[in-house]
Formats: sequence, C-alpha cells, structure tokens
Amino acid sequence: MDASQLIMIFISMVFINNFILSKFLGLCSFIGVSKETGPAMSMGLAVTFVTTMSSIITWLIYRFVLIPFDITYMRTISFILVIATFVQLVEMFIRKTSPHLYKFFGIYLPLITVNCAVLGVAVLNSETFFSGSRIMPGSFIFSVVQGFFAGAGYCLAMLLMSGIRERLELVRVPRSFKDVPLAFVIASLMSLAFMGFSGFKF
Amino acid sequence: MKRLFNEFKKGITIENPTFGLVLGLCPTLAVSTTVVNAIGMGIAATFVLLGSNIFISSLRNFIPGRIRIPCYIVIIATFVTINEMVMKAYFPALNRSLGIFVPLIVVNCIVLGRAEAFACKRPVLDAIFDALGMGVGFTIALIIIAAIRESLGNGTILGIPLVKGFEPATMMILAPGALLTIGILIGIINFAHIQQKTRREITKERFDGR
Repeated sequence: MDASQLIMIFISMVFINNFILSKFLGLCSFIGVSKETGPAMSMGLAVTFVTTMSSIITWLIYRFVLIPFDITYMRTISFILVIATFVQLVEMFIRKTSPHLYKFFGIYLPLITVNCAVLGVAVLNSETFFSGSRIMPGSFIFSVVQGFFAGAGYCLAMLLMSGIRERLELVRVPRSFKDVPLAFVIASLMSLAFMGFSGFKF
Repeated sequence: MKRLFNEFKKGITIENPTFGLVLGLCPTLAVSTTVVNAIGMGIAATFVLLGSNIFISSLRNFIPGRIRIPCYIVIIATFVTINEMVMKAYFPALNRSLGIFVPLIVVNCIVLGRAEAFACKRPVLDAIFDALGMGVGFTIALIIIAAIRESLGNGTILGIPLVKGFEPATMMILAPGALLTIGILIGIINFAHIQQKTRREITKERFDGR
C-alpha cells in the first residue's frame, strides 16, 4: 500500500466513477434536494459522513463476523441493518448534543438510510477489497478512503447541480420541462463533461 | 374480481412506478443498457416485491407500528438475499452484468414504498395483485427505456441488429444517454398531461358557455 494507490482511489471515486454522474447511485436525493445550494451542501456533507463511517463499520462486520463464520451471503441483510441503526443513533446523538448541527443536517439524516449511495459504497468495498473470503492487505484504509471520496464526489455533483438549478429559476423553459425533466437533461450534460476524465472513446 | 384487476392495472398505467410515481430511478437508469438486462432486473424486482408484499400484508396485525420500517427492511432484505443466491447459481452472466444493483434492490424505493403505502393496510390477495401490477409496470418502463437506449446506442434490440448502415451513438448506452432519455421521456409525459388538462378545461368552458 502506498500513496499513489490512495490518489488513484481519489481520482477514480470523485471524477471518473462519480457516484451520481456515472454510477447512478443516490439519484433520488440528487434530484430531490438539489434546488438550493444550502440544503444541497448539508445533504452532501451528511452523506459523506455516513459513507465514511459506514465503510468502517461494514468493514469490521465483514472482516470479523461474516468471514470467520463463513456467512458472506448474509452481506446485504447485515449491512442494511447496521447502516440503518447507525444512522438512527447518529440522529439521536446529534439531536441531544447539538441543536445547531441538528438543524444543519438532522432532517436529511433519515433520508440517507435508504440512499443507495451508502449501501452501494459498503457493497462495493466488500467486492473490491475482499475476493470471496480472502482479504486484500491494507483493505481497511482503502475501504475508508473509498467511502470518504465517494461521499466527496457526491458532494461535488450536488454542489454543481444546485448552483446550476438556482440560476435556472430565472430562465424561461417550456412548461412541460420545468423542474425534474430539465434537471435530468442538465445532469446528462454534466455527466458527458465528467466522461472527459475517463477519456472519451468513440 | 374487478377490484383485483384494477389493483393490477393501476401499477401499469396511472401509478406506474417509473413514469407516474418517479420512484426507483437508480436501478432503472443503471441497468437499462440492454433489453436483456432490463427484463432480468424487472423480474428480480417483481419477485422481491411479491415476496415482501405477501409477508408484510400477512403480518400486518403483528408488526408494531413504531418499529415497522426496520421490520419491513428485514423482510425485504431476506427476499433480496434469496434472489441474489438464485441469480448467482442459475444466471451468472446476468448477475455479472447487473452487478452491484442486485443487492441494491433492498434500497429500491418502490419496494419499501409499496410496503408502507399499500401492503401494511390491505389483505393478502390485494397485496399480491398490487405487487404484480407494480412489478409488471416497472418491467415495462425498464424495457421502454432500454429499447430506446439499446437501439440508438448499439443499433440492436435483444442483440438483433435493426438497420444496416446505422452508426450507433455510443453515448446512449453510457451514463449521459440514460439521463437524457429519462429526462425527455418525463418531459413528454408532462406535456401529454398538460395537453389533456387544457383540453378538459376548454370543453368545460364551452359546456358552461352554453
């Protein structure tokens, strides 16, 4: 394990395999919450936090429970339960300790439980850094870094999209294309731009 | 009998999960690269939907209201795991091409949405027909999107070449094509709705004027 691999993960997760724009994970919240920059940013940060933490937790579960007992087929069910419980705990913790932080992203936390990006990161980690029951060296660091940068890529896409949509409020568009359809068309153009990072092949 | 048929029909027409309710978009866009993938995903989702709807509806009097969501998630995840194992054993090629989206059926909003909105209040038979309708509606929507993308992006449908001398636009089977297709389709549906509404208003005005 060395720094170059970590940089590879960073570039791949944020630009080349951006979770929203090339893998279609977390699309519902991307379209739903990206109308203004403020909430979009809160959502992005909340997702980054949860993907990072859930990468750690699901790595521990996979490494120390699922593999030793040879029950890797229980992956989906155990991951989703652990993530849901974790999100619920964090929400309760934040509500008790910091009302300001709760206002900042508390209302977006419950939405994240069923965000496919979070479970997507966990499943992706278990697929890339474990082959069957064999463990890749340094897989813990890789999982955490991959989780963090997947969230960062989500944040970036959210921020770009909300900036564009704020401007769009002032533009006259055909009535049938207002809001959601137009957002998809813009996302398509953005994803075309992001494909430049992977080298456009025709 | 007519009521059951209506439950079935609404999933395909007005409450179509993709075009009507705009739910479960992530798998819709990700797997609609070819019609074969679309059919596979549609069947897998229908199976999970059917299983979870039957179980949730028959357990609806035993699940306590406050912890119902975790209960639903466990039931859904069980069926997703069964689905994953069957697919891995009998359709390895399809499993490879759907990839990460097979386990992700568990967070598909359609399944949890139907559990929360329908199956937890209605008897088992209704829930079965609702699940079938939603599943078929989802499959049809997937096939429509996949047919557009595969024919424009690859020049084939179900692997059969369509027109000779057509240079396919690779963009359509990649990520931008999916977003463009769904955007334009939703736009067209909105347009049809608006047209219908104005037509109804015009006839109403004429009727009132007389």
